[in-house]
Amino acid sequence: MGSYVLRRVLQMIPVFFGTTLLIFLMVYTLPGDPVSALFGEKAADPAVVASIKHKYYLDQPIWKQYLHYMGNLFQGDFGTSFTGRPVSDIMADAFPVTIRLALLAFVFEMVFGLLLGLVSGLKRGSVRDTLVLILTLLVISIPVFVLAYIAQTVFATNLGWVTPTVQDSKDLSQLILPAIVLGSLSLAYVARLTRTSIGENLRADYMRTAVAKGLPRRTIVTRHLLRNSLIPVVTFLGTDLGALMGGAIVTEGIFNVQGVGNVLYRAINQKEGPTVVGIVTVLVIVYLVASLVVDLLYAVLDPRIRYA
Amino acid sequence: MPVATRARWVLAAATSVALVAGGCSSSDDGGSSGSSDSSKTFSYQSSEPQNPLQPANANETGGGRIIQNLFKGLVDYDPSNAKIRMQVADTIETSDSQTFTITLKDGWKFHDGTPVHAKNFVDAWNWGATTANNQINSSWFSDIEGYQDVHPASGQPTSDKMSGLTVVDDLHFTVKLSGKVSYFEYKLGYIAFSPLPDAFFGDPAGYGQKPVGNGPYQFVSWDHNQQLTTKAFPDYQGVDKPKNGGVVFKMYSTAEAAYADLQSNNLDVMDQVPPSALATYKADLGDRAVDEPQGAIQNIGFTLYQADWASPDKAKVRQGLSMAIDRDTITKTVLQGSRKPATAWVAEGVEGYKDGQCGEFCTFDAAKAKQLITEGGGVPGNRLTITYNADGGHKEWVDAVCNSIRQSTGVDCVGDPKPDFKTARAAITGHQIDGAFRTGWVQDYPLNANFLADVYRTGAASNDFGYSNPQFDQLATQADQAASVADSVTGYQQAEAVLPSGMPAIPLWYYRTTSGYSTKVQNVKFDSFGNPAWTQVEVIG
Repeated sequence: MGSYVLRRVLQMIPVFFGTTLLIFLMVYTLPGDPVSALFGEKAADPAVVASIKHKYYLDQPIWKQYLHYMGNLFQGDFGTSFTGRPVSDIMADAFPVTIRLALLAFVFEMVFGLLLGLVSGLKRGSVRDTLVLILTLLVISIPVFVLAYIAQTVFATNLGWVTPTVQDSKDLSQLILPAIVLGSLSLAYVARLTRTSIGENLRADYMRTAVAKGLPRRTIVTRHLLRNSLIPVVTFLGTDLGALMGGAIVTEGIFNVQGVGNVLYRAINQKEGPTVVGIVTVLVIVYLVASLVVDLLYAVLDPRIRYA
Repeated sequence: MPVATRARWVLAAATSVALVAGGCSSSDDGGSSGSSDSSKTFSYQSSEPQNPLQPANANETGGGRIIQNLFKGLVDYDPSNAKIRMQVADTIETSDSQTFTITLKDGWKFHDGTPVHAKNFVDAWNWGATTANNQINSSWFSDIEGYQDVHPASGQPTSDKMSGLTVVDDLHFTVKLSGKVSYFEYKLGYIAFSPLPDAFFGDPAGYGQKPVGNGPYQFVSWDHNQQLTTKAFPDYQGVDKPKNGGVVFKMYSTAEAAYADLQSNNLDVMDQVPPSALATYKADLGDRAVDEPQGAIQNIGFTLYQADWASPDKAKVRQGLSMAIDRDTITKTVLQGSRKPATAWVAEGVEGYKDGQCGEFCTFDAAKAKQLITEGGGVPGNRLTITYNADGGHKEWVDAVCNSIRQSTGVDCVGDPKPDFKTARAAITGHQIDGAFRTGWVQDYPLNANFLADVYRTGAASNDFGYSNPQFDQLATQADQAASVADSVTGYQQAEAVLPSGMPAIPLWYYRTTSGYSTKVQNVKFDSFGNPAWTQVEVIG
């Protein structure tokens, strides 16, 4: 187990270098000159452009820029954005917001997704099963921004329960509505995955054995059925946590949540290399750690799986 | 024309005030105004500044609007009529339009309590002009003698002081320009010319995060990407004393989000309503909807540096293309009334604006258009490509313009979208454009010279067309040397009258400020920059 984790952690190192290099190259190949763009519609002043490029190390060849960036990174310096703010400060502002939002969405989709999946999977073909299927189909087929605008109109403009946008991105209670919107699509997937998985396992031999042993129904469902059915769901949830953190751009835009998605979008638009690479690097690490945790959870859920 | 829109606004304001007063039963002053509380703040839709908050470093709306409130320069522009008015300056005198003697008013203070003296201006301008300080707006100081020493075209500066700036005493300094610029005082209203306190020069970077100015509002806090809070500065000496307690700049990443907040009173004044709400915002907001002229124009520029477009005959083709565009219909339908058809190269509402400078060439006449294009030898390859940036909401109208040209003249016309603004700009300034491109001009200061000298003069920084007309240049130079601003304005009007013959750019339409405000504020008026008259906004108590 310990050596397995160690091996996985060591594997992260080349992935980390590979992704930072790739992202760095991608930002570099984006068209247009970010420094000239600072001047807007007016003609850029060549002397100032040259001076700013020098300041941000942009006048060097790409491989030098990368080495310079990595060198600073290992000293804990993520670089500086064009606003003069250190990228580490920008991330320290944005990540707590996004982590809150992603965790809320995650808890929402997990709790309600599993519940709905269980409810429908235990009695396939029943009315409640059909209802869950229709409901999830509806959620899957509606794009997330439509859902967001509907939620905004209904709960803020019509009912007045919440403000249309998030007034304070660090306030957990205000993030509930965006989190529900953000998590709704994954909720549908979780519900359907759980439903299918439970339906299959209901017919498994160990289930018949458990019933024949005379175990109480609650124990059968939670200890035997649900635990065995969770493996595909956990795989999905693990990767989804990463997606929730990096992919909330649309939802964050509509609800004006000042999280990672918004910052990343703006940084890509302005071709602000250090900000983009810094944020994506952290997101990659989140993905790697999440997938490691998922793999370890397999062993917990299914005793037949052993890591050595 | 500005008069008409002004009148309509006044009417709307009066009704809104009446409604407010009616709804507020405890208000018994019986006057025409709802009771306002001068200690309360209001919120304004903003975006995170792109650069540190230094006056010479803010050229985008996010940072620019904040700087405008934290600083006050020698002069500014009256929001109601865009005329220049004295602020820190008592007088600006010149006898030859080249050397200006500036006298400051006594008693102005920075937010840290230190006095605003002549050296604060001179030091700030020198600092802003020097290449090493990386200031985006440094070219604003290029009129001043000695600019080449602190900001050479290449290489290291030989000095950090411009020889044209001389401090006489605490309240007097002189500015000597390298040439005559009769309207120089108009430029002085731009934020780059703001004074800086002595404390700035010790730590410019730290100051950029916590600016100390001399404007109507002082900096309180900056919660990055969320909001920047200011409060009214009690010692403010300007003619526009704040009628509210401060401005809170709330950062929004989309206009849709801001509009939703405005409708529910979570945001008080917004910048521009989103395109998706243009059709409905007047119905949504009623008397709180704003529709005012703005000092900005949209054009289609031509690559006169290309052999195909260089010959004098091709001016007729460009005139013809201009006449093939049905501006009325496009502004009403595709742009939903958010623009107004242009009849000149200077935007409406700007000092020196003269209706109809473009003459018949800016009217829609398919038959005449066809005839002119044929006379001019036709569009090269009978195909026109209009390059534009795809991230600015231009696609719809470029397609409409192309349709209009295609239908009325049979010339094949297509849009050529570049992914974003910086890519399009790189193609335009790198002369990698084939035929035509979207361009535009937003006023730096509300004077016609700004729309003409900076764009159409031979070799001007924003002359992306390669346009060069000796007659235009000569008239512009004469206007620069005029004895007064009024003469300069007339001079530039004469220069503008030369443009139809060469048609380097087709004027399309003027921008308008389409905005609105919440029920918590009143007396919200917008100036030609599209900014609310910040200090005049009243928060209903």
